[in-house]
Amino acid sequence: MAAIGGGPSPNVYSNAEPGTDTAAPDLTGSASPRMFGSGKSGGGRGGGRKKMTAEERRKVILLSTISTIVVLGIILYILFFAPGSKAFREAFLSPKDFKASAPAIIRAFKVNIEAMILAEILILIFALVLAVLRQLRGPVFMPVRVLAIFYIDIFRSVPILLVLYILDFGLPAVNLPVLSYNPINHQVWGPFVYGVVALVLVYSAYVAEVYRAGIESIHGSQTAGARSLGLTQSQTMRYVVLPQAVRRVIPPLLNDFIGLQKDTALLSVIGVLEAARAAQDYAAVNFNYTSFVVAALLFVIITIPMTRYFDHLLAKDSRRRLAGGVR
Amino acid sequence: MQTAQGTAPGASPPTGEPAIVLEGVYKSFDQNQVLQGIDLTVAEHEVICLIGASGSGKSTLLRCVNLLEDVDEGRIVVHGEEITAPGVDVNRIRRKIGIVFQAYNLFPHMTVLRNVALSPMKVLGVGQSQAESEAMDLLKRIGLADKKDEYPDRLSGGQQQRVAIVRALAMKPDIMLLDEITSALDPELVAEVLNMVRELANQGMTMLLATHEMGFAKEVSSRVCFLEKGTILEEGPPQQIFTAPHHERTRQFLQRIIEAGRM
Repeated sequence: MAAIGGGPSPNVYSNAEPGTDTAAPDLTGSASPRMFGSGKSGGGRGGGRKKMTAEERRKVILLSTISTIVVLGIILYILFFAPGSKAFREAFLSPKDFKASAPAIIRAFKVNIEAMILAEILILIFALVLAVLRQLRGPVFMPVRVLAIFYIDIFRSVPILLVLYILDFGLPAVNLPVLSYNPINHQVWGPFVYGVVALVLVYSAYVAEVYRAGIESIHGSQTAGARSLGLTQSQTMRYVVLPQAVRRVIPPLLNDFIGLQKDTALLSVIGVLEAARAAQDYAAVNFNYTSFVVAALLFVIITIPMTRYFDHLLAKDSRRRLAGGVR
Repeated sequence: MQTAQGTAPGASPPTGEPAIVLEGVYKSFDQNQVLQGIDLTVAEHEVICLIGASGSGKSTLLRCVNLLEDVDEGRIVVHGEEITAPGVDVNRIRRKIGIVFQAYNLFPHMTVLRNVALSPMKVLGVGQSQAESEAMDLLKRIGLADKKDEYPDRLSGGQQQRVAIVRALAMKPDIMLLDEITSALDPELVAEVLNMVRELANQGMTMLLATHEMGFAKEVSSRVCFLEKGTILEEGPPQQIFTAPHHERTRQFLQRIIEAGRM
């Protein structure tokens, strides 16, 4: 650094004796005033810096206050004073309709949560199976590997809406065992079951790819380390590769699950009474759309804490494994 | 303690059948011929150092002996059994041959104790309490018992490498392969790892090690092999290789090592 900056003692390197202890203080002593004095070196803690910060801080606070007031003003204007704002508020933000529609929508939202939890659990398992099958090496596993790849390709390209229609309209009509009706009580599967199955079929294809990316991100040296100890291929996968891979893909997995949770609203098209459907029912009868806002709020309310909680878990995990200094 | 120290190059091993025999081993990666006919016999309790430039095939040779790489041609026989024969259970072979890598390859998601105890539990079927108490004995021997609940990333490089060595030792191997195990370490951490290897050598462990630590190779090995372009160009007792190499290439290599201050 000192040599690049053209420090006052360009001979630090040639002067330095084999013992680097003598060179080190010399380096910092000569270089630091110059570096920070040049201003643009950044991140410095030079003498003049503090006064600037206090001044700047006042400026920053002033600027952000002004911009906040302006933005709030625009929003308030749109909501309360702009032409049509009254109609807008009555259609979307009416307290009366909020109160009237909320109980039914909240009740229906339980169906979304049930579908989400059930689908998530099944997806996590099924996608892992797909990802592992896809990773199998060796000629014996070729057909399985090809099938897994084929499955993933297909279900990543077909819209969920079509899968929902195919399952819910198609399967009961063709009267197949298991696929069309419950073999225990011989009742036709309801739209909730078909809805969850559709979500699992489609999302598993996505999540399998996320898992695969995680599996492939684990360096070959980990596999070599495990195999060299005599662990079999499947033991290596189970104890060494997957635990690390899954941890690594939690953020993208969470992203997919936020998508999943929102897509539970699609179940309404095959007649599942969930939050979006309940909101629609209210709007259709009362000609007011506040119910949609209620449903939207419910989705927001469960998504945001979920993401924050997972972030927290991830941070805790990396703190546990890494040395203290890393933030 | 019986070692082959001082036996003449090419002389037959002292007693019993050799630990490892390599016969005409070839290995290539795509177009790159890495091993081009390796012949080597390692006697029981012998410590052999493989030296040579990067890319000369030292690591590949070790990985072939552990079956982490399949050989293209030739045979590898360990304790009388041809391990390169088709249909051999690689997992059974690997149990008896420990390998330690340059980059430690510890499992970062497991505690130190679990790193060491995992393979005895899963491969040998040892119960958890016994596996852990044996792992603790090993960790005590290297002075890292108090680190048992730490994760590898919290240890220094030297500590990690020592854990990696005991992780391999936990399988009670007959042979240890050490692949440049000090190359990734800060100079002041090298000694603690080499001390461990020295102790293993004194206990009579059969070892095959690739190394750039010439001083250590000179001190600990019974024979030194100089690899060049996938062949063993010269082999002999360390005194001869380091002081009076027969081959010009060996001389040049050692000269460069001396110039780099590594010897």
